[in-house]
Amino acid sequence: MIVADLPPVELARQLAGRGIRLRTGPVVTAIHSRLSEVAQGLALHYAHHSVETTADFADFHVSVAPPATFRRWLRPQVLFAFDGKPPFLPLPRDQAFPLLEWGLNWCVSNHCHQYLIVHAAVVARSGRAALLPGPSGSGKSTLCAALVNRGWVLLSDELTLIDPLTGNVVPLPRPVSLKNASIEVIRGAFPQAVLGPVVYDTIKGSVAHMKPPAESVRRALEPVQPRWIVLPRFEAGAASRLSRLPKARAFMELADNAFNYSLHGRKGFAALAQTIDACDCHEFSYGALDDAMAVFDELARNA
Amino acid sequence: MTRAGADPVSRALRNPRALPGWTLSEWDALVRQARRANLLSRVAVDLNDLGVLPSVPAAPRVHLDAALIVAQAQEEAVRREVAYIRTALTRCGIDIVLLKGAAYLVAGLPAARGRVFTDVDILVPEAALAEVEGALMLHGWATTHHNPYDQRYYRQWMHELPPLRHITRLTVLDVHHAILPPTARLKPDSAKLLAASRPIESKPRLRVLAPVDMVLHSATHLFHNEDLSSGLRDVADLDSLLRDFGREPAFWRELTGRASELDLARPLYYGLRYAQHFLETPVPPETLRAAEIGRPARWLQRAMDALFARGLQPDHPDLADRLTPLARQLLYVRAHWLRMPPLLLARHLTIKALRRDEEQAT
Repeated sequence: MIVADLPPVELARQLAGRGIRLRTGPVVTAIHSRLSEVAQGLALHYAHHSVETTADFADFHVSVAPPATFRRWLRPQVLFAFDGKPPFLPLPRDQAFPLLEWGLNWCVSNHCHQYLIVHAAVVARSGRAALLPGPSGSGKSTLCAALVNRGWVLLSDELTLIDPLTGNVVPLPRPVSLKNASIEVIRGAFPQAVLGPVVYDTIKGSVAHMKPPAESVRRALEPVQPRWIVLPRFEAGAASRLSRLPKARAFMELADNAFNYSLHGRKGFAALAQTIDACDCHEFSYGALDDAMAVFDELARNA
Repeated sequence: MTRAGADPVSRALRNPRALPGWTLSEWDALVRQARRANLLSRVAVDLNDLGVLPSVPAAPRVHLDAALIVAQAQEEAVRREVAYIRTALTRCGIDIVLLKGAAYLVAGLPAARGRVFTDVDILVPEAALAEVEGALMLHGWATTHHNPYDQRYYRQWMHELPPLRHITRLTVLDVHHAILPPTARLKPDSAKLLAASRPIESKPRLRVLAPVDMVLHSATHLFHNEDLSSGLRDVADLDSLLRDFGREPAFWRELTGRASELDLARPLYYGLRYAQHFLETPVPPETLRAAEIGRPARWLQRAMDALFARGLQPDHPDLADRLTPLARQLLYVRAHWLRMPPLLLARHLTIKALRRDEEQAT
């Protein structure tokens, strides 16, 4: 069963009652919330995602709810809780859905150490994955959103999960988080893309989420071999330039962006080295999305 | 009604062999609660040692795998940290007694298996404290708790320096000069503990407490600790130490006598009682009889049973009953009550409450 199979009233009722067990790639999260923003966000962005109705085991149990203090009413806030305990401070109520998304990221990056977790967007074409590592602001999410609208499969916009045993990327398709100017850029370039409401004044500025394509969600259980590592750098007005990145530097970039690298020790080093060996590594600066699309199409053609 | 040891984590620790047969529902509860109690890696290690990890259903198994990876990484980190500490304190010429997790690890004890470590605890002579702090600061450790109240709380009244955090490694080191504060009601003699400490072969200047003292320290720490989020983990430590050292009959004979000598008969009584209640630790009847000397009045024992049944189990919403929040609060106050005289306690708790309200209001 997928989320879209539940009528909105039923979705909200279950979400507020026993909770919804949502599958995102390898992770099943039991979500509980009485907030309409959360129900609406799930209905919109997770329409094609599976809901586990018979499973008795969920990887994480989370909730998004008003705090128990007077902040339920006065300048209302919301709190993300993991098994009843909040890992972050509360946020204004209108940020409920982004808070859920950040919370779901937190669950994975703090617990899924069976994988090497890299702070990178990752998309795939013809069974080959392109990793786009980079900190917030490097433009990886915008590039990821654009590629995904041009036929690339979304594996993740934020957390690249690498299976240390096989070297494959394990998909975790979830809404793509867009910030500030990127929101209008993507809306303008891809009118058919489904974007949720813009939430203003978050710690990252204005935030909106883009619904992942149904095809990406359908293929969420198919791991993909990595083939390219591309470090994106957006510079307004710049000409697009793809240059080879020496593998030693690519390794350091990947390691710097790997959340749990130190936990994996020697095996982590070997896993990253294997990934670097298997990939063509590039640096990529660009000023216009169309240029970027052309470059990536070229990469895919020459694979 | 909360019964000590009825929670899934205690059941898993008592009988890991049965775990592959648990239902997915039971595994769901276990993974969540063990994670909350800092015992997930311990469960994973138990299963791994029995060779039955592959028989665990796939969905929970990935969490056990992840927990094993974390435990391994932490073990290596603690060993490194101990080496750094040793280097920093070479010039001081003193012996460093490791306490708790770091001690179990370096001494190769079963209690270290699958353990989650948060910081390293060491015990040094009080006379050497200033020199030790100076040497540590030269090697990159900086004090925490910068406000004047906390600094004075630790230095004047407590048995330890304010926790030190290393500026690049971000690891935390607690330097103790006694196992209980000078203001506490019980007065174990630190000089005796240091005198009885054992060297660690191949590691000069590093020592650990003698086995009976290690057990007494574990029990004392647990029953004086205001933070019980690792309560069951500490009971598991105690259980592991007792089972391991308890293979020597001489250990049991020495244990109760040493407890009386160090004024720690009450914590030992509670330690043995709750280790049995939660984890069915085997304790010889003679030892239990001898430990009765530390037993509180019957009404107090009943009250403590009710409090600790709720306070030592994992701090998870599925386990809490109506009395659990109150029980935890009472244990918090009790821990402070044991560490300092009433007036000091009242002042301390007021200041902490005001500061917490201040933090929440901003």
